[in-house]
Amino acid sequence: MIPAIKIEQVQKHYGNLQALRGIDLAIEQGEFFALLGPNGAGKSTLINLLAGLIRPTSGRLSVMGFDVQTQYRQARHTLGVVPQELVFDPFFNVREMLRFQAGYFGLGPENDAWVDEIIECLGLADKAHTNMRKLSGGMKRRALIAQALVHKPPVIVLDEPTAGVDVELRQMMWEFIKRLNREGHTIILTTHYLEEAETLCSRVAMMKQGQIIALDSTANLLKKIPGKNLRLKLSAALPETLRPLLRHEEGNEYMLALTEVAQVERVLSQIREANIVVEDMQLIEADLEDVFVDLVGQP
Amino acid sequence: MNLISREMRGPWTLFKKELLRFWRVSFQTVAAPVMTALLYLLVFSHVLEGRVQVHGVNYTSFLIPGLIMMSVLQNAFANSSSSLIQSKVMGNLVFVLLTPISYLEFFLAFLAAAIARGLVVGVGIYLVVILFIDLPIIHPLMVLAFTILGSALLGAFGIIAGMWADKFDQMAAFQNFIIMPLSFLSGVFYSIHSLPPFWQEVSHLNPFFYIIDGFRYGFFGVSDMSPAVSLSIVALSFFAIAWLALHMLKSGYKLRG
Repeated sequence: MIPAIKIEQVQKHYGNLQALRGIDLAIEQGEFFALLGPNGAGKSTLINLLAGLIRPTSGRLSVMGFDVQTQYRQARHTLGVVPQELVFDPFFNVREMLRFQAGYFGLGPENDAWVDEIIECLGLADKAHTNMRKLSGGMKRRALIAQALVHKPPVIVLDEPTAGVDVELRQMMWEFIKRLNREGHTIILTTHYLEEAETLCSRVAMMKQGQIIALDSTANLLKKIPGKNLRLKLSAALPETLRPLLRHEEGNEYMLALTEVAQVERVLSQIREANIVVEDMQLIEADLEDVFVDLVGQP
Repeated sequence: MNLISREMRGPWTLFKKELLRFWRVSFQTVAAPVMTALLYLLVFSHVLEGRVQVHGVNYTSFLIPGLIMMSVLQNAFANSSSSLIQSKVMGNLVFVLLTPISYLEFFLAFLAAAIARGLVVGVGIYLVVILFIDLPIIHPLMVLAFTILGSALLGAFGIIAGMWADKFDQMAAFQNFIIMPLSFLSGVFYSIHSLPPFWQEVSHLNPFFYIIDGFRYGFFGVSDMSPAVSLSIVALSFFAIAWLALHMLKSGYKLRG
């Protein structure tokens, strides 16, 4: 099967700045894929390259087998992009804007039923005749998602879709996007909310400074790191002998990485020997954030 | 709209959107330029009527085609340039850039909308003016040809300006330091034969002069230059500017990094 996305040896330079330093990535059809990384890692650059909004310095990118440069018409028909910024056209209302967007893709009145369905599914029905300018931030975000779907693209890219979105809307959006994925759409998202990637995505790429530093299934990535986190609040500083286990610290609170539960006893005995009192303690499952912190060096 | 093939629907939709964009604010984009032109006409005709005759035509009649064309040109330019700069600054240009619309289709849609705005403003001024002043058109096809070519030239120029400018003040500079001087120094208010020889030569370098002179010929059948020469120069200017605009769009200048 043709991969939904294929990225081969892609580099993007802005003068001396190397935004992407040789990316290779294939995303299969039907995947729910997450691109993670700190600000400036190159996630948005990669998405903009896929969307044809910028051009690579070298390398090739294709969507559903169509080269984004040489077969841009077909490639853009197969791709729906939800941009990160809340951009909108202040002259039109929601329905007009969606119909125009469908028209740009060569779709006419025969597509209006689908436009109405998206409006309904995204809870925009009572705002359909409201000017884009007058929508709240959350509603604008929904309209952006709707806009990316008007031409029924098999591949949907969401760039930080839940940034600044309240919990209720976030839940509703994910339900809708999960439905699209179940119906066969390939979903690619970038997010800062790691728990979202963990619960939703089957595969994850972690980016840092223009490179992919980890690419695996979510389950495998979680296996790679020690299984438990021990959070301790101590009366004094952590004994030096326990420092090698330290994941991060904040004041007199410490997060230690453990490979097995049996280690807890050893940690506690060393703390007792140092005459330090445990004021609070919690054993937590490691999550994607820990993988992320280990690899990227910052949350 | 079944008359439009699926392939042409993209650019057709973009054209319709651009039309609607200015029509939604027609008080500002159509009524205001009509009002401005009428004010010019009122003041200048009162001051100079009876004292000046150009090509044997009374001054007020002479002035009207120039004023119409000046408004047509300025509005055609404003349409494409303001739409582009606005959607660049607001960020919503991305919605068009994400679609299969090619750079040529993008150009044609913006150009057609600019021509449409030029025509609407031009017809608007003409219809109001003929309520008060008798102004027959001797060569209607010439009037139409110069209106379309002139607004196409300025529409294409507006696309270039809209791509180049990053901020509204840069666009204002473009308008105030290029478009305004070119339109005021083009013979709207006078025949260039009334100018000293040096300024006559300078005027011959201004494409706006040929547009207005040829347009005026359509009304009165007299002009400073031969209308065929004017039409050729305007057409050549349009092709040169259109080529530059297309070249910039193809390269993605300031639109696709």
